[in-house]
Amino acid sequence: MKEHTPKDETGLFTKKVSRRNMLKTAGVGGIGVVIGASGFGGLLTLSEQKAKGQTKDIVPFYGAHQAGITTEAQDNLYFASLEVTTDKRSDLIQLFKDWTEAAAQMTAGNLIGDTSLNTNMPPKDTGEAKELSPSNLTITFGVGPTLFSKDGKDRFGLKSKRPAELKDLPQFPLDALEEEWSGGDICIQACADDLQVAFHAVRNLVRIGRGKAIIHWAQTGFQRTKQADSQKTTPRNLFGFKDGTVNPDTNDNNEMNEHVWVKGEDGPDWLVGGSYMVVRRIQMYIEVWDRTILKEQENTFGRHRDSGAPLGMKNEFDTVDLEAKDPNGNRIIPEDSHVSLSRGDGKAKILRRPYSYADGMDPKTGSFNAGLLFICFQRNPSKQFIPIQERLAKNDKLNEYIVHRGSALFACLPGVKKGGYIGDSLFG
Amino acid sequence: MKKANASLAVLLSTSLLFGCTQEKEGTEQADDNAKEVSASKLDDVSSEYREYAIGEIEEFVNATEEFTTAVSAGDIEKAKELYAPARMHYERAEPIAEVFGDLDPKIDAREGDVKDEEWGGYHRIEMGLWQENTTKGYEKFADQLMSDVNLLRAKVETVEVTPDLLITGAVDLLNEVSTSKVTGEEDRYSHTDLYDFVANVEGAEKIYELLTPALKEKDAKLAAEIQQRFDDVYGLLEKHKEGDGYISYTDLKESEVKELSQAIDALAEPLSQIGIVTEES
Repeated sequence: MKEHTPKDETGLFTKKVSRRNMLKTAGVGGIGVVIGASGFGGLLTLSEQKAKGQTKDIVPFYGAHQAGITTEAQDNLYFASLEVTTDKRSDLIQLFKDWTEAAAQMTAGNLIGDTSLNTNMPPKDTGEAKELSPSNLTITFGVGPTLFSKDGKDRFGLKSKRPAELKDLPQFPLDALEEEWSGGDICIQACADDLQVAFHAVRNLVRIGRGKAIIHWAQTGFQRTKQADSQKTTPRNLFGFKDGTVNPDTNDNNEMNEHVWVKGEDGPDWLVGGSYMVVRRIQMYIEVWDRTILKEQENTFGRHRDSGAPLGMKNEFDTVDLEAKDPNGNRIIPEDSHVSLSRGDGKAKILRRPYSYADGMDPKTGSFNAGLLFICFQRNPSKQFIPIQERLAKNDKLNEYIVHRGSALFACLPGVKKGGYIGDSLFG
Repeated sequence: MKKANASLAVLLSTSLLFGCTQEKEGTEQADDNAKEVSASKLDDVSSEYREYAIGEIEEFVNATEEFTTAVSAGDIEKAKELYAPARMHYERAEPIAEVFGDLDPKIDAREGDVKDEEWGGYHRIEMGLWQENTTKGYEKFADQLMSDVNLLRAKVETVEVTPDLLITGAVDLLNEVSTSKVTGEEDRYSHTDLYDFVANVEGAEKIYELLTPALKEKDAKLAAEIQQRFDDVYGLLEKHKEGDGYISYTDLKESEVKELSQAIDALAEPLSQIGIVTEES
């Protein structure tokens, strides 16, 4: 049970209050955030939380953009792609409203719902995040092309609002996509420095959606923790290479406006301030990679493994010179290396925010079932991710060691102001 | 068969229902009146449910009689025909039937639920009928089953049905569907799981129906939502009807199993809120 300040004693708690009255009070003041299921002592206001210094692990939920895009990547991911099962527009809107409320609570480190004392009902919050730090939880919502129309059907009166960019990604060479890992009407990306906190978030949102939406596919992801790497060096993927050295600077608003956030000129209006999210579930042939000689590994990425430096250079952030030649006139960084092909002319940039996954064993082969849940954000997929991936799919040396099993594109909605709800620009 | 023992639920008296009594409204007198009204309403519902469940158990006795007679007479085809429909009565009344922790496993244990030498009841005979295609050697199981079912009928009279039992019972029935029927583990030799599935849903719906007036007073929207979800589940089950019965579990596609499972989840979630009927107005 959390302690509460004397102010509470004189205010809310001098007289006995029913739960109903307590909720009214909390609602009107807008300050009462109910924490804990054990009783009135658990009432703690947000401002008190701040006073206790708990904001340090809180990423603000409200804002011009959704959190979880330019937010520094947290340690863990729980990603869910959902199928909407209701056919009522009003249900869908209510769902986004309920989700917004719950997401605002959970990202602030609170339990959702009221602390109902009726033991004849299941608790509103599933409880496994109780007492845990907010863990920088972010919850990011996106909408997929099939929400707008599916099999030609205008499901929710949204068909005319679908941006031209929001459609299935083209089939790339070597794609081995599986329906069970592809697409989705809505996505929920929960990132947190604690997997239990991230799972709790998605679990409760899916529970709220029961009867209106179901999980189509879901994936946990991880990267090295901040604890394990206090210097916060560039994370390494499961092939042991640094991944994300060249990413636009999320602290640079100009760069973010240039590459990540949808602008008025891009349209549509409802998506301004949002971003397109590409998700690719990429299986990595771990065992095959492990028996590949180091020189080959480095030629595949175009970087030195240990330092992360471009081939021929010393340090990770040294300039990548694709034209550099060895004394024999051969390119030092092979043309079919991952670095070389990703870069292209260097103009198209995407904000990568990938997580590794390890899902036990592939029962068919006995190999590790592991890989990368590649996630990236951009203003315009057809000018950014798609041309990059076309080059990679055709020639990337890395393709010998990976295969794309899943694919989805979502439009991450703009941020929400207090009083509004995620998706209000779309449905409004 | 249910693994957890449900008998605790029956022992709870109605007075325990009001977990919120520590909260007092300002106008206590009026509330106390309201409480009495709703408590007595719930008591009425409980006795109605008791009647329903005992009725199902009575039919279960009759159906088991026919079934065990067929087994003893060596009429394999007849026994196979009677197996699934007979079980439906038990599955509908499961919240009450399984209160008797000693009888439930004797009647309804699946292979592995109990020690092999103690294993008898419906599923033991099911194995003989479908896996070994015989009744030979199963006569003694038929006799034992009949006597256990008769004992159940006698004992059921002593059950005190409380609102608690109803509230947990409705969702428990659907949990049974989620954990054993929809997975095809209940009737693993006959694959008649859909019969049990339907019966569990019907049993849950009966409780919902009885609580509907009280529920509508508290939350009409919730009541309508639950009804809609029941309709959705029945709509899906309709697709798997065959004659008077249902298709074999093994004829369900993976995607259809998933669809059924998710429809049960979608129903059970709002249904789990019916405890709201115990709240003070």
